[in-house]
Amino acid sequence: MNHTFLHNALIYLAAAIVFVPIAKKLGMGSVLGYLLAGIIIGPFFLGFIGEEGKDIMHFAEFGVVMMLFLIGLELEPAHFWGMRNLILGTGSLQVCATTVLFLAVFLTIGFSWQAALSIGLALSMSSTAIVMQTLREKGLAQTESGKRSFAVLLFQDLSVIPVLALLPLLALSSVHAPAAGQDTLLAGLPGWAQTIALLGAVGLMILSGRLVIVPFLRFIGRIRLRELFTVAALLIVIGAEYLMELVGLSPALGAFLAGVVLANSEFRHELESDIEPFKGILLGLFFISVGASINFNLMVNHPLKITVLVFGIMALKASVLFLTGKFSVLTFDQNLLFTLGLAQVGEFAFVLFSFIYQLNILSTQWTDTMMGVTAASMTVTPVLLLITERFILPRFGTKEREEKDPDAIDVHYPVIIAGFGHFGSTIGRFLRANGIHATILDNDSDRVDLLRKMGFKVFYGDATRVDILRSAGADQAKILVTAVGSPDLTYDLVEKTQKLFPHLTIMARAKSRLDAYDLIDLGVKDIYRESLDTSVRLGIDVLIKLGYRKYTATRAGQNFIKYDEAAMHQLAKHRHDRSVYIFNAREQIQLQEQLLTNDREVNPTLNDHAWDSDLYVDKFAEDASKP
Amino acid sequence: MNRILILFAHPRFEKSKTNRALLKNIERQEGVTLNDLYEQYPDFNIDVSREKNLLLAHQILIWHHPFYMYSAPALLKQWIDLVLEYGWAHGKGGDSLKDKILFNVITSGGTREVYAAGGYNRFTVQEFLIPFNQTTTHCKMIYLPPFAVQGTHLLTDEALGRYAALYRDLLDRLARGAFDVEAMKRFPFLNDWLLQEGGLPRP
Repeated sequence: MNHTFLHNALIYLAAAIVFVPIAKKLGMGSVLGYLLAGIIIGPFFLGFIGEEGKDIMHFAEFGVVMMLFLIGLELEPAHFWGMRNLILGTGSLQVCATTVLFLAVFLTIGFSWQAALSIGLALSMSSTAIVMQTLREKGLAQTESGKRSFAVLLFQDLSVIPVLALLPLLALSSVHAPAAGQDTLLAGLPGWAQTIALLGAVGLMILSGRLVIVPFLRFIGRIRLRELFTVAALLIVIGAEYLMELVGLSPALGAFLAGVVLANSEFRHELESDIEPFKGILLGLFFISVGASINFNLMVNHPLKITVLVFGIMALKASVLFLTGKFSVLTFDQNLLFTLGLAQVGEFAFVLFSFIYQLNILSTQWTDTMMGVTAASMTVTPVLLLITERFILPRFGTKEREEKDPDAIDVHYPVIIAGFGHFGSTIGRFLRANGIHATILDNDSDRVDLLRKMGFKVFYGDATRVDILRSAGADQAKILVTAVGSPDLTYDLVEKTQKLFPHLTIMARAKSRLDAYDLIDLGVKDIYRESLDTSVRLGIDVLIKLGYRKYTATRAGQNFIKYDEAAMHQLAKHRHDRSVYIFNAREQIQLQEQLLTNDREVNPTLNDHAWDSDLYVDKFAEDASKP
Repeated sequence: MNRILILFAHPRFEKSKTNRALLKNIERQEGVTLNDLYEQYPDFNIDVSREKNLLLAHQILIWHHPFYMYSAPALLKQWIDLVLEYGWAHGKGGDSLKDKILFNVITSGGTREVYAAGGYNRFTVQEFLIPFNQTTTHCKMIYLPPFAVQGTHLLTDEALGRYAALYRDLLDRLARGAFDVEAMKRFPFLNDWLLQEGGLPRP
């Protein structure tokens, strides 16, 4: 590990630690914090980082890749399908109209039609990273404008594939061949072959996901090493990126596809929570390097040109977006958020511009300018959104409304069952038989696989991990059934849930009486000892086999359960009275003794005089003997 | 040959000397089926279709139960509520039980004399049984007077034996079809009709 690496890491981390909390405190959101941190430590201000910032940005684009993987993971094909009209309609309208508009503008300025068209395509992209991060942070992701934004971004991200495939065709018309540095396997091929190869690679990606990755993850799951799963998750994302880069495609798109392919698999939640922290860190790094890469020299030298370009481009994009919003019947204030949110030029433009540059469609100077404009517009966005939210929207008197539209949001079931062994699966089956759906978490990948084949919605993941609980919808659910076999895990899970999701009703499986005591101490009200009901039922059947009437035996059993549970709560209170620490096994024996003594004193079945007419007999005999 | 279904409801059968005597080996009697409800449904979860099939397979139905609090034990009421469905037993299209014969067989601690206007219980057994009577009529069935074993606390083993024999005699006559519904309806209790028919002497 060399000195430069440590030095850089120190600067980036320290900058993030200093600026992000300040931005958050000022209500600006983390994205702006990271961007500011980048600007401050960049070459123009403090100069802690110089040209190597570009390399770091390249590395940090990996954060964007991971984000797209996560977005893909959250998009089950069925939901994706449900959003198709929104994505295709709103998305294509925005991309096509913006491209055509910029094509016209740049043709007028005097660009060749190829250059104008490629600039138009690149500028139509908005920043998924900034918008999605901001929307989530502000809790706007589920609003109408949030959903429209997501649909448009998704369409843009998807259209990067055909755009990247199309650009070499534009280059063919100019004299230049693709430049060196584009060292892909396909570099030597003619344009049309490249186009076909790219589309083929995407198809391969989709196929391999189901056939290779899922069995691979199952294998990893069986090894039961948590960090190994994280390694595997990273391997998948990096593998997808590498594969796509090999054929010269956008790695982000590869990751997105990998995500969608895996969205339906049982590993969804586990992958999500494994990748999430990496995504967060790298995305932060990405924003910092965007901030640092802004060429302020260019701005100082041509302030007018840059300003006009930034605001001109954003204004044009915004007007298209506003009309798009109007078409998809957004209310004015929602439309305003939608319009200003997406008006910037996004990170894909960096990719596209560098590709366009490599294809020699655009000059060095214009490429630099456009990259600068892109970075600047991304930086302006959070500020614009802040101004809109703080100053413009309040004036119109309407606030963002949370509207629930089930077709676009991922479904969250009211019940989460943690642990789907013999205990949990019975609960799940019973609930399902009664039309109640539950989100099920289990960390045995073999079982998960089997159950999924049987049509259960089971996810692979360790339920004691807060992030997994959260992605399983603990925020929206009503009841958490803890059906895991290990008492320690149950205890851990209950403690975490009570702290982080206090609204959840916990219904807990307890292995033994002592475990039940622990749960009582935690304040859990609904405790189910796995040994109680079944043992009593067996006992009831013993009585019946010995000749007891079924109803009598059943009632005796029911009473016994009631009595036993009352006794449990009673004894739990006195458990901590003892000053001496008693070894577990010894405690069990003492407990049994206590119980047996109690049973003799208040046996619930022997004192039952229900329907017992013997008591009357004497009285009747007495009455009858009277004259 | 009539088939007879005894719908028996007693939550503490094992403690009831009288009913044990009445029902001892009752299923050996030709044409008689015993449906022991508390044994069949200890959890009160009545299988309605099973019960309906049983009803359809018999011509004469008996609600046999102790006269708890001037009525039947809870499970028999549950049975009535669940099995005698609208559209099946009564109401539009509810003709499944039409013209079947039904009556109560009750056991009571109090003697026949205390069930009278001037007596301790103020009303007659027949008056207490009005809901059962009307339920039967509502289901288009023929309701007969009850067969009652009363003053059970005072019964000697010998008297109990004679009641058991009388119950068997009744079931035998019903199974053979040796009875006239109109004649039976004239008596307050089927016990009295049997006496008149010159069967076994009254215990």
